[in-house]
Amino acid sequence: MTVTEHRPTGEVGRDRRRKEDARLITGRTSWTDNLSLPGMLHLAILRSPMAHARITGIDVTPARGAPGVIDVFTGQDVADIQGSLPCAWAVTPDIKQPAHPPLAVDEVRFAGEPVAVVAARDQASALDALEAIDVEYEPMPAVMDMEAALADGAPLVHESLGTNKCYTWVFDSAEAGTGGDVASAAEAADVVVRSRYVQQRLIPAFMEPRSVVVDPTQDQITVWSSTQVPHFVRFFLAFMLSMPEHKIRVIAPDVGGGFGGKLQVTAEEFISFLAARRLGRPVKCTESRAESMLAAHHGRDMIQDVEISARSDGTVTGLNVRLLANMGGYLRLLTPATPLLGRYMYNGIYKFPAHRFECTGVFTTTTPTDAYRGAGRPEATFAVERAMDDLAAKLGMDPMELRRRNWVRHDEFPFDTVTGLTYDSGNYEAATDRAMELFGYDELRREQRARRDSGDPVQLGIGISTYTEMCGLAPSRWLGSLGYAAGGWESASIRMLPTGKVEVLTGTSPHGQGHETAWSQIVADQLGVPFEDVEVMHGDTRTSYKGLDTYGSRSLAVGGIALVEACKRVVEKARPMAAHMLECDPADLEFADGAYRVKGTPGAAKSITECALAIFAAHDLPEGVEPYLDADASYDPVDFSFPHGTHLCAVEVDTETGMVTIRSYVAVDDIGRVVNPLIVEGQVHGGVAQGIAQALFEEARYDEDGNLTTGTFVEYTIPSAADLPQIVTDRTETPAPGHPLGAKGVGEAGTIASTPAVVNAVVDALRPLGVTDVRMPCTPERVWSTIAAARAASSGDGGEAR
Amino acid sequence: MIPAAFDYTRAATVEDAVTALAGAGDDGKALAGGQSLLPMLRLRLAAPAMLVDLGGLTELRGVRDDGDALVIGAMTTHDDVMRHPLVHEHAPLIAQAAETVGDRQIRHLGTFGGSLAHADPAGDLPGVALAMDAVMSVAGPGGMREVPASEFFVDYFTTALGPGDVLVSVRVPKLTGWTTHYEKFHQLAQSWSVVGVAAAVRRSNGSIAEARVALTNMGVTPVRARGVEEALRGAPATADAVAAAAGRALEGASPLTDGTASAEYRTQLAPVLTRRAVMAAGGL
Amino acid sequence: MTRITMTVDGVRYDDDVEPRTLLVQHLRDRLGKVGTVVGCDTSNCGACTVLLSGKSVKSCSVLAVQADGADVTTIEGLAGTDGELHPVQAAFHESHGLQCGFCTPGMIMSAVDLLTENADPSDAEIREGLEGNLCRCTGYQNIVKAVRSAAESMRASVPSTPESAATTEGVTT
Ligand SMILES: Cc1cc2nc3c(=O)[nH]c(=O)nc-3n(C[C@H](O)[C@H](O)[C@H](O)COP(=O)(O)OP(=O)(O)OC[C@H]3O[C@@H](n4cnc5c(N)ncnc54)[C@H](O)[C@@H]3O)c2cc1C
Ligand code: FES
Ligand code: FES
Repeated sequence: MTVTEHRPTGEVGRDRRRKEDARLITGRTSWTDNLSLPGMLHLAILRSPMAHARITGIDVTPARGAPGVIDVFTGQDVADIQGSLPCAWAVTPDIKQPAHPPLAVDEVRFAGEPVAVVAARDQASALDALEAIDVEYEPMPAVMDMEAALADGAPLVHESLGTNKCYTWVFDSAEAGTGGDVASAAEAADVVVRSRYVQQRLIPAFMEPRSVVVDPTQDQITVWSSTQVPHFVRFFLAFMLSMPEHKIRVIAPDVGGGFGGKLQVTAEEFISFLAARRLGRPVKCTESRAESMLAAHHGRDMIQDVEISARSDGTVTGLNVRLLANMGGYLRLLTPATPLLGRYMYNGIYKFPAHRFECTGVFTTTTPTDAYRGAGRPEATFAVERAMDDLAAKLGMDPMELRRRNWVRHDEFPFDTVTGLTYDSGNYEAATDRAMELFGYDELRREQRARRDSGDPVQLGIGISTYTEMCGLAPSRWLGSLGYAAGGWESASIRMLPTGKVEVLTGTSPHGQGHETAWSQIVADQLGVPFEDVEVMHGDTRTSYKGLDTYGSRSLAVGGIALVEACKRVVEKARPMAAHMLECDPADLEFADGAYRVKGTPGAAKSITECALAIFAAHDLPEGVEPYLDADASYDPVDFSFPHGTHLCAVEVDTETGMVTIRSYVAVDDIGRVVNPLIVEGQVHGGVAQGIAQALFEEARYDEDGNLTTGTFVEYTIPSAADLPQIVTDRTETPAPGHPLGAKGVGEAGTIASTPAVVNAVVDALRPLGVTDVRMPCTPERVWSTIAAARAASSGDGGEAR
Repeated sequence: MIPAAFDYTRAATVEDAVTALAGAGDDGKALAGGQSLLPMLRLRLAAPAMLVDLGGLTELRGVRDDGDALVIGAMTTHDDVMRHPLVHEHAPLIAQAAETVGDRQIRHLGTFGGSLAHADPAGDLPGVALAMDAVMSVAGPGGMREVPASEFFVDYFTTALGPGDVLVSVRVPKLTGWTTHYEKFHQLAQSWSVVGVAAAVRRSNGSIAEARVALTNMGVTPVRARGVEEALRGAPATADAVAAAAGRALEGASPLTDGTASAEYRTQLAPVLTRRAVMAAGGL
Repeated sequence: MTRITMTVDGVRYDDDVEPRTLLVQHLRDRLGKVGTVVGCDTSNCGACTVLLSGKSVKSCSVLAVQADGADVTTIEGLAGTDGELHPVQAAFHESHGLQCGFCTPGMIMSAVDLLTENADPSDAEIREGLEGNLCRCTGYQNIVKAVRSAAESMRASVPSTPESAATTEGVTT
């Protein structure tokens, strides 16, 4: 049938300005914290100042009597009804999965864990009353370092588990039949390069602190939350608190960024829900930035031991990866799975014939980790891209030449990888050639040589990252086979109103990605209605009740297909009506540009809008046609899509101070067909910025007692406009074969690619000084002390990099 | 976060402020631009019982010419200081440093006097005041007194100001015929100085006649780099001579290790930045 | 409680406030000006930026009592009374200078302030001028572009006196 083959023209591909902007640029927004309800109380949460301690007593009496205070409660008070925060992904059958009480009952396992709650008439009184709560803690030993936590006799985070090891997950290509054995590969290799890379702990630091409002006074308890996952929140509140699901409504209003950090079912949501039910009054709980830094989950925090084997001509023969992944004190929604989401990507775009991957999850007395933009894949890409550079250095080869020799050529797709995936499509040569041209690679290499020769205190470095990622989380069957509790489908509903205007309900839950705009473009093309005539609704379980929300670059890759399907169903539903009005056989109609036309009879046409009105009037409906023009569709992907690209970065390193300055940055991405190039470019800019920030600026640090020492934006330094370079972006386009729009997904590409590009550049600048790695973030002091240590080592008097 | 409750009074005169602050003793705090105080109150790292707002004291705002010196009112904002023609003409070093403080919004409220009174070791203006041989005019329960910069900065976040004291103005001797530069080292635009160097140079006939150098964040208080100054006096205006002199930047310094940097790293930075500051100040 | 008077987005308000009330709390909680938001505790993020007597300040780091007698412009008072967008607002839309939009009110207010002082800033001056505003979504590139294009359109519409190019439009006193 023609409709299925209809390649959208018109709206899709246009750089439409965003619909969501109108409210955001004028301040007419609906952030959760803006809400105020009659009788609403404000919650404040007392958090543990200790990383690990037994709670031996809590005196809340003075706080109860404090001005404005209505209620104070502790973990003991709700121990029987508070349930446990969910972990949805048991990655191995023998995973250790301790309970995660929303409010600590008798022990705290990270600094910042909720210990008591005050409900008061205003926020200031609630905060004041926290100071009147007296908690007795019996300190227990803290353990922050993963290797220390695994050592014999280490203090146990969860005594009852008997170990700090959460799980070990292994993949071996020899066992899986997807490749050879890494040990034999290493034995037979001409060179083996072993490196240890450290993925420092990061804080997602979405700009809007989290906020929850719960109104228990209606038939459905309504929860407004600044979340990426309203559907998950509803499901887990019901499931973990034994509440009937149909009595809960969750709304994600305007949400100020997430980056995985709001892909969570939070203690604050549970606590607010419990408080509202206890008090029978609406409550609001808005965190401060300091609380957000402490208590919202962190990201990354892994140690990667990478061994790469190769022949002397540069052909890679094996990749062996051992990971330690810090879980923190508890498992949250996707904590154990996050490092494993990267496990399919350690091979990058290269043809490794043998691969082994082992990951051990480790409990420590720190804030739990979980998804942060890219979730596992940036780490994987970092490891392989850094290792390729280290290998090139060892072989004395140009790092780009080494990559070319090993990557999957464009005529080799679809390509079955050593990790067991099939890369759908791509053209690494094209993206790389374009990037090299924009970058001026050869010119920069010449300048680098000149600076090296003259001993310039400011050295130049060039960093490469040729990456791929997997988008579109995920095929439900794939998720099920890996122990995930949910599926990966997505849904969309179309409601065509009598006047021909269109309401779209999507199960995705955007928080900055511009779905209202992109979805309108897709629908406008599919139904042939004006862009302005489409209203996109999301983030409310009462209306968009079917869905799995927004993360993992899945919204367009998966939700977009559901949307196209739903549109097609609408077109099919209206067809009998059009045929009836045109007095012809439905099979004789073609649908294009919003109208049904009788094939071969140019004048005879009915618009879909006319059909909608006629169907609504229902005066003369053909047999079997319902009196409305709505349709639903869902989509469960059969596989991932694999965008890719080449990012190049040039840095200047001041060897006297260690200061790194990005001189130029080029990003050429291939993300398949693009619905809105403006939005895509914005996603790349933002992603690259976050990746650069990991490389150069950000790190969550703890002191030896387990206190977070980077708990405000003074210490946790996220870059401003003055700290980031102008980046040059371009695209090549290899359509995704399985997707009706040819789209692959873009939300995480920038973050995944940029971190290794920057660090490779820093190391490249310093290799002549004997530097082989710089730990992230490459702050001036880190860089300088690494140089100093390398100089000391080469002059023979030892010395350690700090 | 919201500060803990406090009493508030808006002083109508300097005498009012002194009386109110003296009455409150250790529980009282002057409120100038609030750009250091309010974040501390919000995090509840400080909880004074009484805030005495100096915001209404218009007589403490502005810059005036007083013969061989400028007098800068304590309540003059960083933004006003860095734009003031008199400052540009006679004390450009102050304008250069003020421009590096925080960001636009902070400079619109934060004050020159507040920065000095706060005496953060990472603050950029104390070092500049020291290099300029500034003199502070202080109103206190015992009347007015003058405190030279070299005696004003006493310790970590501690000045010669006692309870009831209000910094009224700062007298800055004009540097005529000098060229200056403030070299601030920090990784991110918004961050405070890891180390900063204030340098002023007077050149004559191809050599350096005189130099003034002070270091930010190389100790609990700003440090005057007398060794460098001595080495530069009469030295040829060449890169080598400056580099050699800058090597003495650590004399008198005792840098701390804190959350931002180690003492060892600061020790590396100080001579490098001193060299750069003096080179830039001297137009070399 | 202290009695204060404030003109916000052209409307005069008299209120009794606790001295510890932050200006941003007063705007949001008392006056319903929820367009101005809070992103941090330490005066770093700039999300709360408003114009206080015509100059950009972080309203989380000013007490409401300090703003007694002042004229405040928030993001909600920037558009003309007829709803016509301020050129900076229009440029943020046109150049895709926002994603989640949480930083946007502060970012726009800072940009307005910057352009009041410098009607023709270079990219580097724009970046420096916005150093007090953090955005986690955009990587700033399109924000810089938006400010540059707003500057162009403002120069085009007010050719003669640069000082008057970007006063606090929409505020009547
Ligand atoms: C994000 C951020 C970044 C910053 N970056 C920098 C930077 O890079 N460099 C830098 O130098 N500063 C920086 N600052 C601080 C800024 O310079 C402040 O303006 C300054 O430190 C304090 O000035 P204030 O007028 O705001 O004082 P306030 O905050 O009002 O007061 C500070 C202290 O000084 C006392 N005080 C103030 N005025 C007087 C007076 N006249 N008499 C007696 N006591 C007084 C107060 O009681 C209080 O204890 C930054 C601040 C922030 C929030
Ligand atoms: S909320 Fe005011 S600066 Fe962050
Ligand atoms: S647009 Fe989201 S923080 Fe700037």
